[in-house]
Amino acid sequence: MSADALAPVAGPQPDSAGHFGRFGGRFVPEALVAALDELDGAWRTAMTDESFRAEFGALLRDYAGTPSLLYEARRFSAKVGARVLLKREDLNHTGAHKVRNVLGQALLTKRMGKTRVIAETGAGQHGVATATAAALFDLECVVYMGQVDTERQALNVARMRMLGATVVPVTNGSRTLKDAMNEAMRDWVANVDETHYLIGTAAGPHPFPAMVRDFVRGIGDEARQQCLDLTGGLPDAVTACVGGGSNALGIFHAFVGDEAVRLYGFEAGGDGVATGRHAASITGGSAGVLHGTRTFVLQDADGQTLESHSISAGLDYPGVGPEHAWLHDTGRANYLPVTDDEAMAAFELLCRTEGIIPAIESAHALAGTVALAPKLAVELGREPTIVVNLSGRGDKDVHTAGDYFGILDKER
Amino acid sequence: MSRIGVAFDKARADGRALLVGCMPAGFPTVEGSIAAMTAMVEAGVDVIEVEIPYSDPVMDGPVIQRASDIALAGGVRTADTMRIIEAVAATGAPVVTMTYWNPVERYGVDVFARDLASAGGTGLITPDLIPDEADEWLAASDAHGLDRTFLVSPSSTDARLAMTVQHCRGFVYATAVMGVTGARARTSDAAPTLVSRARAVTDLPIGVGLGVGTGAQAGTVAGYADGVIVGSALVRCVLDAPTEAEGLAALRTLSAELAEGVRNPTR
Repeated sequence: MSADALAPVAGPQPDSAGHFGRFGGRFVPEALVAALDELDGAWRTAMTDESFRAEFGALLRDYAGTPSLLYEARRFSAKVGARVLLKREDLNHTGAHKVRNVLGQALLTKRMGKTRVIAETGAGQHGVATATAAALFDLECVVYMGQVDTERQALNVARMRMLGATVVPVTNGSRTLKDAMNEAMRDWVANVDETHYLIGTAAGPHPFPAMVRDFVRGIGDEARQQCLDLTGGLPDAVTACVGGGSNALGIFHAFVGDEAVRLYGFEAGGDGVATGRHAASITGGSAGVLHGTRTFVLQDADGQTLESHSISAGLDYPGVGPEHAWLHDTGRANYLPVTDDEAMAAFELLCRTEGIIPAIESAHALAGTVALAPKLAVELGREPTIVVNLSGRGDKDVHTAGDYFGILDKER
Repeated sequence: MSRIGVAFDKARADGRALLVGCMPAGFPTVEGSIAAMTAMVEAGVDVIEVEIPYSDPVMDGPVIQRASDIALAGGVRTADTMRIIEAVAATGAPVVTMTYWNPVERYGVDVFARDLASAGGTGLITPDLIPDEADEWLAASDAHGLDRTFLVSPSSTDARLAMTVQHCRGFVYATAVMGVTGARARTSDAAPTLVSRARAVTDLPIGVGLGVGTGAQAGTVAGYADGVIVGSALVRCVLDAPTEAEGLAALRTLSAELAEGVRNPTR
């Protein structure tokens, strides 16, 4: 299955300039257009190149440990009132779905003859994944991280450095993920000849949204087949958390053509969308341009980007991938907010019922599923089957969760 | 011909390059930015480029970004920018606006164009809008008689260069280096080549920006370009000054030095 992770499927595609309906495209300095065209060409060629597909498939299998399991979470299911199947992306090398994307882009970097990768990171997960791939492929690696985040996530900073990456704390603006992304863009403009910007989610200028989606698409391709094998049919719903949205697109894509399968993306509702302290770009934002693409953005009346808020660093971003904006526009997928408290309740529930500590990001998908299950059961008149993308493991979040639940011993 | 075009022609007739000086709107305050831009005009800057401050300015280096952050923290709104443009245009100097795309889209592209034209602005420089995505702006700028300055870069292919200048009106902005705004010790080697490549496909005047900060550098750029665009070095005068009066004095001194530079092209 993973040996041909890039085999063409009949899922939705953007136009040749990367537009998903009224979203997507390229809102970038002219200086970057040549590099984006080069990347687009390299990606399209690679997609149809047997040797690239074989190499990528082998890496996913032998290095990343995919296909990941589809696990029937029986005790969690009993609490939720649905047959819940967890797509165990948390078991991948580096602990999340993100390894699929970085391996794909690192392979492309090599093919383009570039020797340096740069990346932005919020919590540090994408930075660690990029540093991992850079070590494996012998690429120079520079990771931009907001200064606020380098302080909050000191352990991941150490991880990246151990893997040989240079971590640059960003002191501009709000000193978080969006500013790290700005700084990475600036580096790219200045060093584009030898550098590939390894964007961590299905956002940014074309071809990134479609390319990243294709590199992580194996999640859904695997899950669809695994669900058929396990249950004899397709699920009633597929759920995932949505920050930038790569894990959600990765699992949605294979199901978009299955009209009976409902798709749900759960955004970070923070303290609640009504409070203004959230990261729910689709449910609480408006259409705009950010980081090279037209999509839903958290912005004020003048189009200035607003700061996002979420207990989950990985969802704490004021934009979203343009394909999600489009899936929302067309009504094919549903997007709903999940608050910090709801996510943490689901986090605890999975820990206690299944012995699995999820990433707080993924806990948003679990919480959304908890709320969805009874509604779907009423609608269908039977117990629904729901595939949940458990996109990452929670080791990185133990400190945050310990704080939240008040279970850390006080310093003596 | 646009007012900017007239100004370029006049400079060319005088055997010199046009000096374009950039300042973020509302930096350090709305009134302070009007005073700064007026001082620049009085000291010899030909055209004022008013940059609309934006939260995520990916084409700008640390100096302009800090100035933009200060302006935004002070509460400047897009509507204030229109007022600033009106005040500076009243000095008689042509005023061009530089803006990232999202604030325009949020304001409403056609309404923005209408208000900019009625404030006396000549057009827009759009650092993150390429002609490929600019249909709405092409229509609005036509409807309201505004100039369109898209950027060309050393990395632009010949085909893109030709396509981009074809969509420009007023003047073309050639980015001298692969990088962001900010004064640099040396001017670019890539810029003369880029300018001559652009000249091969357009008769529009060509301004060169990114990295110019001294009178000598302005003279060098004036040797091959029609316009010299200076931003960060001017902004720094205000940013680094302990008082507003000292900032304005530094701004006048540098503006005069740059004005002298564009009158002594190094060929």
